[in-house]
Amino acid sequence: MKVVVDRSKCTALGNCETVKPDYFEVNDDGELVLLREDVPEAERAAVEEAIAACPTGALSLQE
Amino acid sequence: MTTSVSPHHVVVVGGGLAGLRAVEAARRAGFAGKLTLIGEETEPPYDRPPLSKEFLTDPAAAVPYYDGAAALTTELDVDMLLGDPATGLDVAEKVIMCGDRVVPYDSLLVATGVTARRIPGTDQLAGVHVLRTLSDARAIRAALDDGARSIVVVGAGFVGSEVASAARQRGLDVTIVEAQATLLTRSVGQSAGRALAALHARHDTDLRCGVTVERFEGGGRVEAVVLSDGSRISADLVVVGIGADPATEWLDGSGVPVDDGVVCDPTLRAADGVWAAGDVARWYSPDFERHIRVEHWTNAAEQAAHAMRNLLRPDAATPYRHIPYFWSDWYGQRIQFAGLPVGDPEVVSGAWDANAFVALYRDDDRLVGTLTLNRQGDIMKYRRLIAQRASWDEALEFAAKRQAALGAAC
Repeated sequence: MKVVVDRSKCTALGNCETVKPDYFEVNDDGELVLLREDVPEAERAAVEEAIAACPTGALSLQE
Repeated sequence: MTTSVSPHHVVVVGGGLAGLRAVEAARRAGFAGKLTLIGEETEPPYDRPPLSKEFLTDPAAAVPYYDGAAALTTELDVDMLLGDPATGLDVAEKVIMCGDRVVPYDSLLVATGVTARRIPGTDQLAGVHVLRTLSDARAIRAALDDGARSIVVVGAGFVGSEVASAARQRGLDVTIVEAQATLLTRSVGQSAGRALAALHARHDTDLRCGVTVERFEGGGRVEAVVLSDGSRISADLVVVGIGADPATEWLDGSGVPVDDGVVCDPTLRAADGVWAAGDVARWYSPDFERHIRVEHWTNAAEQAAHAMRNLLRPDAATPYRHIPYFWSDWYGQRIQFAGLPVGDPEVVSGAWDANAFVALYRDDDRLVGTLTLNRQGDIMKYRRLIAQRASWDEALEFAAKRQAALGAAC
């Protein structure tokens, strides 16, 4: 499974970074950086929480 | 040993983000009983932040319904009672009065949000709007589409400022009337309020502080606004953004504790079988050791899910830990805030009159808040520090490190 960012929706509000800072970070240029893409099953629930935290619906999981 | 029995019938009152997230969380937690959502508006749940932003600037912007709204009655098997507000609650009989219905419940989650304050006597005057609901936003957008030329925004809060920004983007003459001497003093402190006021000035919005609206002129439709200093401003559109009050009237006399919101313990429980979440909830925050109530998207989403999980398993209820966070976009500039705005903040990077800054708020020796302008890479790092109860010295140390890294990158 991979986490995917829809760049047309992401405005780098950073909610995902609070939930899962080992996956998501907003950099000093104001862009969301994916620190990791692959989501092992054990991490799935936590990453889904980060996805649900996104106010612009920019994140999703891809099988 | 068994855990407490889950309620058979859970009712969520409130059809906004908190209501939506609450019912989603119930099903995700495996609740298989009857689930009812009561919403005052006929609309399915929709997203509010865009209503004062792109929904106003872009005439073609679609209504921002939530993706999950369509699945409510189908996949989630939620009984939707839309179109009537709840008007009363009887906790002894465990029933909610709603229109001409009496809705029984085993457990109740209150998520009725807030209601925009209006200026008395303006109900019959066309062209004067508040902005809280989709129908408010539609009316304002229609006025903009119909060629409104000048707008007066009453109240320089975040909603009013976003409306001003949207109207400038559409080329209108914009005047903001603010009763206080500085805008947003209670939300961000005085120095920061002055810095944000400068954004309006830089974008040719006429901000008038320390004056109030004396009266509106116009027969049936607003034509001008007369201020307490005697000045008169022509306006074909007025948007009133003077705050909002928790929607708790329906709880009067019910015994559910209300004091500027539904008063909750750290687990979001308000009374026996009654829980609350979102803009309406004033909960005891373990993070700040005081009762707080916030009107933010992020809190509504997270708090509602937490409250529902606790409601379903009261014996295993956990405290709600949350550092408030909100954002606001003015003239393409991103303002972000995390924590609590205690006192007057101190700038640790950039400058008040610059296009970007980071400012920190302290409560005694503790970092409690951060405000940033166009510094999106900073806000969540400070939010984490606030959650970790960083001291003021630790915060300054972190700021110095960030500053050095920024300097090295230039």
